[in-house]
This record gives sequence, structure tokens and C-alpha cells, in this order.
Amino acid sequence: MLSLFTTLLLAPGAMAFFTPGSGASPNAHEIDSLYKITLYIALVIFVLVEGALAYALWRFRARKGALAAQIRGNTRLEVGWTVAAAAVLVVLAVFTFVKLSAIQNPSNSGPDGAKLAGQTGVLYASSERKLPPNRKSLNIEVIGRQYIWQFVYPGANQSDGLGAPYSYEEMVVPTNTTVTLDIVSADVIHSWWVPELGGKFQAVPGYHNYSWFKISKPGIYRGQCALICGRGHARMIATVKAVPPAQFEAWLSYQKKLITEANTDAKVARAKLNSQTGAGAVENP
Amino acid sequence: MATYVAPVPQIVAHRAEREPRGWTSWITTTDHKRIGIMYLVTTFVFFLLGGTEALIMRLQLGAPENTLVAPQVYNQLFTMHGTTMIFLFVVPVWAGLANYLLPLMIGARDMAFPRLNALSYWLLLAGGIVFYASIFWNPPEAGWTSYVPLSNAIFSPGGGQDAWIFLIHLTGLSSILGAINFYATVANMRAPGMSWGRLPLFVWAILTYSILIIFAMPVIAAAVTLLLTDRHFGTHFFDPANGGSPLLWQNLFWFFGHPEVYIMILPGFGAVSEILPVFARKPIFGYKAIAASTVTIGFLGFLVWVHHMFTTPTPIVILIFAMLASFLIAIPTGVKIFNWIATLWSGTIEFKTPLLFCVGFISLFIIGGISGVFLAIVPVDWALNESYFVVAHIHFVLMGGAVFTVFAALYYWFPKITGRMLSEGLGKLSFWLMFWGFLATFLIQHVLGLDGMPRRVYEYPNVGHLHLYNLISTVGSFILAAGVLVTVLNVVRSLKVGVAAGPDPWKANTLEWFTTSPPPVNNFDVIPRVRSVEPMADIRREVQRRTSGSTEPGAATVPAGVTQIGV
Repeated sequence: MLSLFTTLLLAPGAMAFFTPGSGASPNAHEIDSLYKITLYIALVIFVLVEGALAYALWRFRARKGALAAQIRGNTRLEVGWTVAAAAVLVVLAVFTFVKLSAIQNPSNSGPDGAKLAGQTGVLYASSERKLPPNRKSLNIEVIGRQYIWQFVYPGANQSDGLGAPYSYEEMVVPTNTTVTLDIVSADVIHSWWVPELGGKFQAVPGYHNYSWFKISKPGIYRGQCALICGRGHARMIATVKAVPPAQFEAWLSYQKKLITEANTDAKVARAKLNSQTGAGAVENP
Repeated sequence: MATYVAPVPQIVAHRAEREPRGWTSWITTTDHKRIGIMYLVTTFVFFLLGGTEALIMRLQLGAPENTLVAPQVYNQLFTMHGTTMIFLFVVPVWAGLANYLLPLMIGARDMAFPRLNALSYWLLLAGGIVFYASIFWNPPEAGWTSYVPLSNAIFSPGGGQDAWIFLIHLTGLSSILGAINFYATVANMRAPGMSWGRLPLFVWAILTYSILIIFAMPVIAAAVTLLLTDRHFGTHFFDPANGGSPLLWQNLFWFFGHPEVYIMILPGFGAVSEILPVFARKPIFGYKAIAASTVTIGFLGFLVWVHHMFTTPTPIVILIFAMLASFLIAIPTGVKIFNWIATLWSGTIEFKTPLLFCVGFISLFIIGGISGVFLAIVPVDWALNESYFVVAHIHFVLMGGAVFTVFAALYYWFPKITGRMLSEGLGKLSFWLMFWGFLATFLIQHVLGLDGMPRRVYEYPNVGHLHLYNLISTVGSFILAAGVLVTVLNVVRSLKVGVAAGPDPWKANTLEWFTTSPPPVNNFDVIPRVRSVEPMADIRREVQRRTSGSTEPGAATVPAGVTQIGV
């Protein structure tokens, strides 16, 4: 029975049943392995304690002639199980501390990742913000708003910080490249969550929250807002599309081109309206 | 049960005065027993309302992309459900049981402040009415946690959010006044000889419950007052654009919110510690350890609120502190579970309905406790927080935990409150429906969370196994509801045709079984001197010694199937 249970548990398909989404990024992978360590310890405790309960219920059910032992306690036993419970938690704490830095601290980009300059395009500085050891990452600002995610990429080309490429709902990132996220909100609190790329982080108005990921395999990773943010909460989805660095560069310069074109068009339109007299000039000063 | 023979000894406290009658006597009463009954009836009505809201939500989630209810209705449902179950059921139902039982258990004739006690009840009812009146206008829809800015005047302009604020104020004041009353009663009105070391464990739990309420409730009262002034009087406590902070709300809310968890579960721990020994026919194992762990959990409960905020922008040092403090709480909680199992060990266990609910509680609470350790680990919580894993966890500790102990308490103390036994057959049917229904509903929700389904979503796409898992959960919820309904039927039936209980149907250990069922207005004509933690066991032994004389010790007076306790 127990071996069957273990077999089921270790089967690759079944494991997904018992574990969170992971595997696309090192931090998610580390979270997953910490989860699994906890799960194995928990299963042992679960079987022992539920087993003791079930055994006691069956073995000591009321039967004719049976007398209940009038025991009021056993100090040595009670101290023993208190210490045992504490020991298990110490083990869990040690594992957590061992894993924590690999989960929290971004690692360097891979050799075939996108070529990044030393940290540029930093919108905000904070002591809580983590950078990889070589201080090179692609920093994307994640803005939560009812009910859509907006992603702003580095590359502001105007003195006022505007003109940066952006996208909605789908974030495009290069593979093998450390991507750091600067998570903010434009209205209510949201929570950034793409399960395969690591944990959740709240986007709180007035605060910056930080996360990171590094995707090795091109593909599309899905997630959605995890904190109730209003009536459209269930439909506030997010996808991360990982593409090879060259393709990313092409995509990004195309976005820049579109923005430049749109800005030029707007400039032309404004000039045209300003040169007009009469109604147009009044309505579009 | 029809052939039940009331056990000798029968000790009857004679009625000193005629009981007042008629409906006005209920409105004007200051009798702790009548107030307790009003609490119990009111809170169970809210329990059924909150349960109905849950069933509508489960129906909506039974199929992917379902359109049974609109998004705002779904948000209103989970807001009403969470708020109802916490503020109008689990917290006040313990106040109701404690109202009825606490004076009886400590050998007092009423609570310390009877009129304040009546006020506590009427404030609770007022809070419930104010809150439920909002369903005729705009029910609140920001969740029972009402995070700002979602709950401020811009994003929740409707009056429902204000109704929620008034509910917190009214039920909070009700709880604070009740808690002061419980504390004063226990501190001053114990029977002669009932030292702190002889206090029943349920009373220890209610004492800790009261202290937690006195410290935690004023904080939420302050927080919702700040929200009220932000909403209507132009203040900016939670507005980052004007120097306020949305995280202030989360800190204040959870500084109250986590002790609230223990406010809901500790009295259940106490009830289980009373019921298990009676049906195992054995003293509680480690009385001092259980009492001490109750107080320890209460204290540690104030240090861990940040574990609800692991995904907020809060420095990692603080998160780690909250994690370690949460680990610490697992120790006294585990100690309790070990002590309960040790209480059953070497006993002669009678599988009556109250015991079944206690054992069901322990087995479910083990799961809820273990999943709680997962959530206490900061990085693991980043993966699980705000997903259905958390929904499963809170229901394992609050439904499988607190509510199962409420049902154990109901089945155990119903004979004392009404003078009639509940049907064992219906009780067992109710238990098994609730137990398996509960597991079907909530076990699979862990997997839903691991598969990436966030909580509080009114719809989900038809990907992976989401539909199957949600359907299992929905079917389970209706089995669970059927189990609850069987108990409602059982109560209604027993009030009419239930077998007379007699003063002490379970051969229990505590003083409430010393008086008649139901007790007279003055509870006891004579208050006995207490000489141990099991005064009724002492009294039975003494009566037996005096009545049986030199004949065979009491063999004929013990009903069939009941094992004689330690003679």
C-alpha cells in the first residue's frame, strides 16, 4: 500500500499533481525544490500522526471488559515530542535559508543571452532591488492597472523619460537573459504571478516591488493577477513570451520604430492644427 | 436511545423561582443561558446564509467560463461569505456557547455583568442586520479583507463597503464587551476550590479567546475608522498620493486578522479537550501542557501577522522573522494534537457523535496545520499565496477545524441546553456526510492552487484539469451542505421528540452536568466545593460511595454500553 503510494507520488505525471508550476526559471526551480523537501517531510509527519490517531481509535475502541487507563500525563514523553516538533522546524528553516539567496538574488545572464549594457534604463533605485553579480539585467517595469498588465522596456529616448517601448498583456523577453522586474501599480493592488517563472509579488500603489526570472527555453508562459482587484480580476491575464535574443532585439526596435513614427505623426498633426486658424486652433491649443 | 437509562447519581438543584415566559421575556432577559441560546440561534442562521452564499459560488465554478452569476455578484458573494462566517458565525458562536456554559462550568449563577452581556448580543444582531441590509442596495465586493485602495470611495463607491465597516464596529464592540465579561466572570466568580489549575480547559480557552479579543479588536476598529474617514471625510491615511500607505491597512488588518484566527480556533481546542476525555473514559493527557499551549499560541499569535503579507514590498528581514515566529506556533499546536491522541490512547472509546466530530476535527486539522507550515515558508508562500491552496488551507483550519468543533460542542452540550438528546443515528449520518463532503470539497482545492488557479476569480478557462477538479469540489460542497442540513433536522426533531437527557447523560467531568438539563434560572441551589479538574467525577464517586454502601460497587446502576469510570 505504502509502496504503491510512493510509486504514484514519484511518477512524473503525478508529481505535477502535488507540486506548484515551475521549471522555466532558476528561482521557480529553487522554490519548487524547497516545496518538495517540505512535502516529503510533511508526508512522513502526516502518515505518522494520522496513523497514530487511526490506530488509537481502532485499538482502544470500547469493548466489553476493557478498562480505560487513568493516565494524566507523562512529562518525559511530552518534552520529547515538543523537542521533536521543534527539530523538524529547525530543519525546514535551515533548508529555507540555504535556498533563499538563489531564489531572491538574480544570477547572471547566459553567454548566449541578449547583450546588455551595465544597468541602464534604471527608473528607480532602491536597496531592496536585486541585481545579478555583473549588474547586467534587462529591467522591465510591470504596471498593474484595472484590468490589464502593462510592460515598459528600457529605451526611453526623450529627456522626460518618455518614448520607451511598451506592451500590454504580453511581455516579450529574450531567452537566457536575466530579466529584473520593477512591479508597480497605477490604481489598486494587483499581484504579479506567472507560476513557472517564480512567485507572486504585489503591485502596491506608492511602492516598488521586485522580482526576476531567466528563461532558457523559448515559449509562452501564462499567468494572471493573483489579488482581487475588482470585477475584472479573473480576466487580468499576463503572458510572457520568451524568444531568442536576436528576435527580441528585432521586436524591440520595431516597437521603438512604431513609437517614433507615432510621435512624428502626432507632431505633424499638432503642427497642422496649430497653423490652422478658427475652430481648430481653439479646440487644439 | 429510547431505552436510555439515566445514570445514578441524579443530583437535582430545585427551581428557586418561576421562569419568565413569552417573547418579551427574551428581549428583556439578562440570563446568560437565554442570551447564549439567542447567540446560538442567531449565529446558526448566519451560518446557513453564509453556507448558501458558498454553494452559489461553487455552482458558478462548477463549469469553466460559467455565466450563472455576474462578476460583481460573485465578488459580493465571496465578500459576504467570508465576512459572515468569520464575524457572524465562528467568533460569536463561541461567545454564545461560552455565554451558556462558562458560568455553569465554573459554578457561577450568571456572568459578572448580565446587562452588558445582553448588550453584547444585541450589538451582534444589529451588526448582522446592518450588514445584510446592504443586499437590498449595494453589497460590499472588496473581499472580507477589504484591501485599500479597492475598498476606498473611488473604487468601491457603494454603501455596502460602509455597511461592512459598521458590521466590524458593531460586532467588534459586541466581542470586546463580551470578552471583558468573560474575563471578569472567570477571574471573580469561580466555585470555591476552583483554582487556576482546576479550571476546565474550555474555560482556559475562552479566557485566552477573551484576552485576544481585547487586544486585537480595537486595532481593527481603528483601521475601519480610518477607512471610514478616508471614504467620507477627506483624510488620506491609505492614499499614497497624499502621504498615506495601502500597506498600513494590511498591517493593521492582519495585526487583528491573525489573532482572529486563534480567536476562532482556540475555543474549539478547548471544547475538544473537554469532550475527548469523556468519551475515552480517561482524564485529559497533560492538562497543564494543553492549558499552557493555549496561552502560548495566544501570545505568539500576535507576532506572525506579516506572514499574510509575504508578497508585499516588505523587507526580507521582517518576512523571515514572521516565518520563524509562525514555525514557533506550530510547536504548541502540534503538542495539543499529540496530547489529544495520547488522551485517546489506552482509553475505552465510545463512538458517540460528539467524539466523531472531535476526531474528524483532529484528522482534518492535522492537514490544515501541515499546509500552514508550507505557507509559513517565505519562498514557498510566494508560489502558493492567494491561490486555491490558501482557500483549501483556511477551510481546513476554519471549517474542518473550528466548525467541526462547533458541531462537536453542539452535539455534546445540546442535552444540557435543551434537556433532550439529539438522535445518534442522524448525528452520525450528518458527521459522515460532512466529513467526506468536506474532504471532496477542499482536498482537491490544494491541487487547483498548485495548478495556478488564483482565489476570488468568478471564472476560469477550460485548460488542464481545472474543470474536473472544480466539479469535484462543487459536488463535495453539496454533500457537505446535506450533512449540515441533517443536523438542522436533527435539532428540530429533537426539540419535539428527543429523549429526555437527565442532568448528566454522558457521565462527564465538569460542573455544568451537576445541575438539571436545562438548568434553572439560578443554575445551582448549592455550589459544590471543587477538589480536582474533574469535579463531577469526584461527586459521582462520592455519591456512589454513600449510596451503594457495602454492596457491589455500582455495577447495576451503570447503563449498558457505558464503561464504568475509574472506581
